[in-house]
Amino acid sequence: MGPFVPDIISDQLNLVVALILGIGFGFVLEQAGFSSSRRLAGVFYGYDFTVLRVFFTAAVTAMSGILILGYFGLLDTEAIYVNPTWLWPAIVGGAIMGVGFIVGGYCPGTSVCAAAIGKVDGMFFVGGGMIGVLFFGELYPLYHNFYESTALGPIKVFDSLGISQGLFAFALIAVAVGAFAVTTFIEKKVGKESAPSLSFTPSKHYRAGAFVLALGILFIFLPDRKAHLISKVSDPAYLSQHPAAAMEPDELAFRIVDNEPNVKIIDIRQPEEFAKLALPGSLNIQLRDFFGKDWILPLSQRHVKKVVVGNDEVQEHIACSLLQELGYENLAELQGGFDRFNKTILSGSPFVPTGSRWDGDVKQFREDARSTILRMIADNKNKGTREPKKEKKIQGGC
Amino acid sequence: MNTKYMNPYLAGFFLGLVLLTTVFITGRGLGASGAIKSVVVTAVDGVAPAHAENSAFYGTYVGPGKESPLKTWLVFEVAGVLIGGFLSGLVSDRLKVVTESGPRVSKPARWFFAAVGGALFGAGAQFARGCTSGAALSGMAVLSTAGFVTMLAIFGTGYAVAYFGRKLWL
Repeated sequence: MGPFVPDIISDQLNLVVALILGIGFGFVLEQAGFSSSRRLAGVFYGYDFTVLRVFFTAAVTAMSGILILGYFGLLDTEAIYVNPTWLWPAIVGGAIMGVGFIVGGYCPGTSVCAAAIGKVDGMFFVGGGMIGVLFFGELYPLYHNFYESTALGPIKVFDSLGISQGLFAFALIAVAVGAFAVTTFIEKKVGKESAPSLSFTPSKHYRAGAFVLALGILFIFLPDRKAHLISKVSDPAYLSQHPAAAMEPDELAFRIVDNEPNVKIIDIRQPEEFAKLALPGSLNIQLRDFFGKDWILPLSQRHVKKVVVGNDEVQEHIACSLLQELGYENLAELQGGFDRFNKTILSGSPFVPTGSRWDGDVKQFREDARSTILRMIADNKNKGTREPKKEKKIQGGC
Repeated sequence: MNTKYMNPYLAGFFLGLVLLTTVFITGRGLGASGAIKSVVVTAVDGVAPAHAENSAFYGTYVGPGKESPLKTWLVFEVAGVLIGGFLSGLVSDRLKVVTESGPRVSKPARWFFAAVGGALFGAGAQFARGCTSGAALSGMAVLSTAGFVTMLAIFGTGYAVAYFGRKLWL
């Protein structure tokens, strides 16, 4: 499951990855003609719409790819970097850059491309860019308050607009297709023979546009994978068709006391309950955290039996089913939940004889287990709380 | 010079794939202006380290025990852009030392305007925490509000002032 930084790809290797991806980036930019300032400026004067076509297509392609990979669980969309919004600095900065685009005919990425193939104006643009940063840095105290103002955090555009993610994705695709249609029409009117899109017949254009729009409509109905799976496993019909293996409190107690390494307790209760009292060596993982990358390692070890512990069996059953749906194996739920374990083993309430000849042994076992486990819990507390392995947030941006 | 560029839809698709691959592997998007900033920070630190350390702007990137600002993701990526652009120019027979400008603009004038445009972009990208690649394009791919706001501000302003710059290009 992506992203592979920082677990599989170290920060050092990431630099090499950056270089390789940059080569691809630069190559495509130059192939698109973005190494030419006249071509870039053309979008503002209506004589060359390459920028619009490339920009929109790239944004839609990448956005769609991320949504699809996220839906199939191939990309942890919670882990990727979303650039935060500082509203007014973004507007003012964007405006300044807009003027820079008209005056200079490049943006930083394209200027580097242009410089790479020998465009002297591109080199001047890059040099100017450095001077611009220098001026900004030296005069920074003048506007540092403004620079930090209206910080809204990593908000998403569809939330800001109050619509669903899928609906926005479709809207963006529709806007892109519309923009392509309008610019192609303008080009026809102006009679530009060299425009590449005119080599397509009109019917090809319509069919391509319709196809893309249809794909876009799919996005509206693309359910949120998390919500979809959780509602699926919460359905009582599903639960009755997929029974989970159960483990009795006595067995779990024995395996805890025995320090058995091939058992892992997954505690799905709320962090406050977990902090109050938890079994030794247990991991506190909420349902929603099953989807991401944080806990893949402990959950995917197939020779380790993961025992799900919650407040009651229904909660545990749902969690177990969800883990199974996500592809994890060797799971069990604790019979009676944490409550019964607490009652029978930990709290020392009087033993209820069942009339079997093992009663005496079971009673003795439970008393021993109680003292051992409580001691283990106390030891863990002294060692310090076991922090959940929280992944370092991926830093991005400029 | 060969001006047979790639079909823009195809190029956009490939660019989208590069961006998608970047997000998939590294969890972050592409960028450009940040590398220019890193170069400037390194230069300032080299020339006047005390000044750099004390500055609120440069200070976060330099100082005792801190690695060189050049050893960052964006710097390596932009180094790649240089290489990739060059390779593309090589493959498509577009390598040529030349100044490109509108028909009414002389070479020195074009150099001047390119530098001014670059300076505006350099400064503007600091406010917006990115440029068209880093803030706008990558931001749009992850559906951030910042991405769309920045994109609209850049292109909206560009269209608004295009008339005043028409002598530069037409």
